[in-house]
Amino acid sequence: MNFLQTEPIRILLYLVGICAFVGANAAYLVLAERKGAGRIQRRPGPNEAGFGGLLQPLADGIKLLAKQVMVPPGTDALLFRAAPLLVMAPPLMCLAMIPFSDSITARSLNVGLLFVFSFGSINVMALMLGGWASRNKFAIISSARVVSQNVAYEIPMLLVVITLLMVTGTMDLNEIIQQQGGGFWKWNLFKVWVNPLMPVTFVIFFICMLAETNRAPFDMAEAESELVAGAFTEYGGMGFGVFFMAEYANIVVGCSLATVLFLGGWQSPIGVLSGGLWGAGWFLLKLYALIFTVIWIRWTFPRTQFYSLLNLSWKILIPISLFTLLLTGAMMKLPVVYNHFF
Amino acid sequence: MSLLTALRETVAGFKSLLTGMRITAREAAKPSITVQYPHDTLKMADRFRGHVKLVLDPVTGKSRCTSCNLCVRACPSDCLTVEGIKREGEKKKSVSEYTLDFTTCSLCGSCVEACPSDAIEYSKDYNVVSLDRAEFARMDLLKKLEAEAKVWAEKNPELAAAAAAAAAAQAAAATAKAPAAATTASAPGAGAAPVATTPAPTPAVAPVPAAGVTETRTT
Repeated sequence: MNFLQTEPIRILLYLVGICAFVGANAAYLVLAERKGAGRIQRRPGPNEAGFGGLLQPLADGIKLLAKQVMVPPGTDALLFRAAPLLVMAPPLMCLAMIPFSDSITARSLNVGLLFVFSFGSINVMALMLGGWASRNKFAIISSARVVSQNVAYEIPMLLVVITLLMVTGTMDLNEIIQQQGGGFWKWNLFKVWVNPLMPVTFVIFFICMLAETNRAPFDMAEAESELVAGAFTEYGGMGFGVFFMAEYANIVVGCSLATVLFLGGWQSPIGVLSGGLWGAGWFLLKLYALIFTVIWIRWTFPRTQFYSLLNLSWKILIPISLFTLLLTGAMMKLPVVYNHFF
Repeated sequence: MSLLTALRETVAGFKSLLTGMRITAREAAKPSITVQYPHDTLKMADRFRGHVKLVLDPVTGKSRCTSCNLCVRACPSDCLTVEGIKREGEKKKSVSEYTLDFTTCSLCGSCVEACPSDAIEYSKDYNVVSLDRAEFARMDLLKKLEAEAKVWAEKNPELAAAAAAAAAAQAAAATAKAPAAATTASAPGAGAAPVATTPAPTPAVAPVPAAGVTETRTT
């Protein structure tokens, strides 16, 4: 165990583990997405490759790898090639902070939450660069949309997180989880005595997470029916494949964060069996429940219009999150209420 | 007041989203309705009109066609060719060639209506495809029937056995008269043996020459 704690081994374990985790997730979440879409539309989804379609991701991967990587003439070749790498790097970095269990964390920082959010915003930059470098009108329109959408949704998301930080008092993700131990009623989601609007806060966080990862119904970056494929229009082969994988990696990061902040991370919902591998099991269970909800939402709602998307953020989410922020502050300063429980 | 209205609208809107998600969840729980096409196919409706085909008679395991040519005459696009043959031991003529020119057939069904012995019907075959034009220009329906009969015999062995026994009995009845016929008729294989020379047959069996085949071709 001491050998595993040495720094080079730790880095190697992290790189291999996270890359494998992200790769397997991207591959099989695509399959889950297509299967889920199939179920909701009452068809079986991909079921020819392998048993029940289990080899479909492999077939898709081979197809993407075998395709020629084209750099269209007139594009900014360097940025065009760099964008897929830039879009993949932030989720890999963010996953270093996520505690999968009380003892399984690649790197525990006391500003873990800040780290995740600062790297999370680079993702937008990468999409913008990809669109800009493509020298394609659809890609540039999509880039502009992505930036304004992400700016709009970063605000309510951060307001919600600040609300939460006022409750937890720490940015260390592992510590945040430890505060939520002892049963599901201790999760931040249900801490209504701190702030009666805590479930609403979670919903706002989840909506913003959907918008930040450019998922339906906020998939303005892709918007197939309007912008061909949005920022990825000019990308083919594995260039597109990496963008696609990054989308799923971002979903994993976003859902992990929601799990850590609101659903108690690796804490057991019943108060027992919460250490070690059990913790990892609980964490993955909550994580995939959230990811399943993301898929479910995608196949339920049509894409919103762009102005209603911004309206939702500026007119509804930001005022409500500001109100919850003030409410939490007020309730923490009201000693009568606060001291009764803490 | 407008703040209250906005809040109420937001809550109502959120509720409608949950309703949408409930509906998709309910749909997801229902069974899939896809027909896995190359593996499964839908059963065609009874009144589906494919190309015409010969009916398999479950009693004899063969076609009922007597090559009376009424279908040929009924056909407005002149796309049927029927030839008959008079087999030994059988009362009526039986079909020896039945070709359909599907390139000119308009699927009007006049042939099916005209048939006096219900020997043709519409097939339920809808995925007819070929790289060879001849497969449609000369669609050999008799060959298709033989292929169908083989499958039928495998599926209904007792019916097929009964049909074969009946055919054998008929053949035996024919050969039983053979010695009597041999005295008057010409040698087997000589062909074109005059039917009139055979002795008086039993009412059940048609008059036949000894072991030979009298071919009476109609075109």
